[in-house]
Amino acid sequence: MAKTAKQTKLKTGKSATPDAEEWLTMYEQMVRIRRFEERVNLLYTSAKMPGLAHLYIGEEAIAVGVCSVLNPEDYITSTHRGHGHCIAKGADVDIMFAELLGKAAGYCKGKGGSMHIADQANGNLGANAIVGGSAGIAVGAAFSAQRLGNGRVAVCFFGEGAMGQGFLAETMNLAQLWKLPVIFVCENNMYNEYTHFSETTAGNPADRARALGIHTEEQDGQDIRVVYETALAAVERARRGEGPAFLMFHTYRYHGHHVGDINREYYRSKEEERDWVENRDPLALFADWLLAKKLTDRGVLDGIEAEVKEEVERGAQFALDAPYPDPSEVSTNVYA
Amino acid sequence: MSTPSAEKTGARVLTMGEAIREALAEELRRDPTVFVMGEDVAEAGTAFKVLLGLVDEFGPERVIDSPISEPGITGLGVGAAMTGMRPVIDIMFGDFITLTMDQMVNQAAKIHYMSGGKLKVPMVLRTTMGASRRSAAQHSQSLHAWFSHVPGLKVVVPSTPYDAKGLLKTAIRDDNPVAFFEDKMMYQLKGEVPEEEYTIPFGVADIKRPGTDITIVATSSMVQVSLAAAEMLAEIGIEAEVVDPRTTFPLDKEAIIESAKKTSRAIVVDEGYQRYGVTAEIASVIADGAFYYLDAPVKRIGAMDVPIPFSPALEDLTVPTADSVVETAKALCGRN
Repeated sequence: MAKTAKQTKLKTGKSATPDAEEWLTMYEQMVRIRRFEERVNLLYTSAKMPGLAHLYIGEEAIAVGVCSVLNPEDYITSTHRGHGHCIAKGADVDIMFAELLGKAAGYCKGKGGSMHIADQANGNLGANAIVGGSAGIAVGAAFSAQRLGNGRVAVCFFGEGAMGQGFLAETMNLAQLWKLPVIFVCENNMYNEYTHFSETTAGNPADRARALGIHTEEQDGQDIRVVYETALAAVERARRGEGPAFLMFHTYRYHGHHVGDINREYYRSKEEERDWVENRDPLALFADWLLAKKLTDRGVLDGIEAEVKEEVERGAQFALDAPYPDPSEVSTNVYA
Repeated sequence: MSTPSAEKTGARVLTMGEAIREALAEELRRDPTVFVMGEDVAEAGTAFKVLLGLVDEFGPERVIDSPISEPGITGLGVGAAMTGMRPVIDIMFGDFITLTMDQMVNQAAKIHYMSGGKLKVPMVLRTTMGASRRSAAQHSQSLHAWFSHVPGLKVVVPSTPYDAKGLLKTAIRDDNPVAFFEDKMMYQLKGEVPEEEYTIPFGVADIKRPGTDITIVATSSMVQVSLAAAEMLAEIGIEAEVVDPRTTFPLDKEAIIESAKKTSRAIVVDEGYQRYGVTAEIASVIADGAFYYLDAPVKRIGAMDVPIPFSPALEDLTVPTADSVVETAKALCGRN
C-alpha cells in the first residue's frame, strides 16, 4: 500500500505558539481534507462510491485545530460526517478511499464504510452513524485513561443536532461527575440535516454544559488559530485532571447533508451559503494570515496544494483498482 | 429449590447470589482492569444485595455507584472496554435493558465487525429476569431473547449457583460483549460450588437430568421448574431428560438435537414471552435437526403474551409452571 510521504505528524507536547512549520502542517491537513472530500464527491456523483457520503467541507479548521493538539495515542470518536476527523487524526487517504469504496484494503476491510471508519492505530475509535451515539465511547475511553493513568484524553466530535439526544446529556453528567479527561466538541454547522437548529433546540446548546459546571467555550470554528488555542487549553486542563470541557465551534457545512442533497433552498438561502464560502472560508482565512504574517509565501502554499492533489488522486486510483473483500469475509469478525 | 447434587455430596453449598458475588470477587482480584458499575452496587450491594461486601475489598474506585443512567453507564462501559478495561455493568432490572439498546445493539455488538476486527468490546452487562415477584409490568420481564437476536452479542442464562459462577467468570474473560441474565427469584437457590477455580465454556449445554422418554429444553429458572416436573413425570413412568443450554448464544444445537433424537419428543420451556422467543428458536432447531426422529410436534411453553400483571392472582397465570410442563409432557406422550 502506498504510504503518503507528506503526512508529517506534529511533535508531541503541543506548543501554545506553533512555529511556521507546525502551522503549515495544519494548513496541509486542511487542504488534504478538502481535496479528499472533493474527490469523494466526484466518486459519488460518478457512481463509483456506494452508500452515503456526508462531506466535511467548510468545517476543516475544527478537525485539524483540535486534532493538532492531540498526541497519536489520544482518542477521538467521530460522526457520520467523519472523514475530516479521520484525516486530521493521522489516517492515510489511500486506505480511507479504499474503505469508502468497500475494498479489502480499507481501514475496516470494507466492512465499515464512510460512516463507520475507524483507525485504531491513530486513536480514532470510529465514526458513528447514530447521532450522539459515540459519546459513551469517548467518555468510556476517558474513564480508561483516568483509571489506567496513561495521561491520554478523549475527544468526542458531534454536531449541534446531537443536542437533542438525552444520551449526550447523560454522558456529560458522568464526565463532569468523575472529572474524566474528555473534550466534547460541538461542531455547530447550524443544520440538523435539513432543519435549522433554532427550530429544534431550546436555548443555547452550550448552556447545557454550563449547567453541569463543565468548562465551556463558544468560539469561531472557521479560524484555526482560535480552534487550536481553545482546544489546547481544554486538553491541558483535562490532562491535569481538571475534568471535561465542552467546546462549541460555529461553522458551516458548504455542501448538503449528504452528497445527494442538492436543492437546499427550502431550508437555507444561496446568499447565506455564498457568504460563508466567500467571507469565512477556513482555508482562505488561514492562507491570508500565513501570508500576512510572512510565515510562508504563495509558492509554498501552491506546492502543498499540488502535492496533496496528486496524493489524493493517487489514493483514489489505488482504491478504485483495489480488490473487494473475499466473500468469506462476510462472516468473519462477528466475534472476537 | 436446591439442586439434587448439593444434597448428596456434602460439598460446599452456596446460594446463587453468593456464587455470583464470589465470581466477581475472584475476577476483580485476578484482573485489575475489571470494574463493576451500576446503580447502588457499592454500599447497598444492589437492590438484591448480591454484591454486598465487594466495595469493602475493592473500594469505590472499582465497585462504582453510578447515576440512574442506564444508557450512559452502558455507553461508558463500551468505551472503557474498547480501551483496555473489562467493565461489568449492572442493570438492576432486565426491563431496563430497553434503555441500553442503542449502546448494546448498535455500538457494542457491531464495533468489532465494523472495524474489520481491529476494535473489541470485552464487557459484561449483568441484569435480571423473571416474574412472580409481584413487581408488575416494568420490573418482571425476561427479555434475553432481544439480545439473543443480535449478531455480535453473547447471552448467558444460568440455572444453578455452579453454572452462574463458572459462566460469569467466562463472561468477564470473553473478548465480546456478553449479556448475563440472572433470575432474581433464584438468588437464594442453593447448590454445590467447589472451592477451587473453574470456568464453564459458552455454548456447551448441560444435561441436568438424563431421561429416555421426552426431552425438556429449559433455561434459567425454567430448568428448576422442569426438574420439578420431571420428578412428577417419573412418578407416572415418564422419564424426562432436562437439557439446559446455559447460553442462548452461542447455542449448543448439537446437544439439543441429540437429546430430541434419543427421546423422540421435545418441549422447550423459557420465561421470555412465547411469541418470537427463545422457545421458537430452539423448537426450530429441533424440528430442523431431529425431524425424522420425532413422534410428536415440538411444544413450546413461554410466558403468556401479555404485559405482566400486578395482581398475584393474575401474575401466576402468566408464567410456566411444573404443572403446565407435566400436562404438556403427558399429552405429548399420549398419557392424557
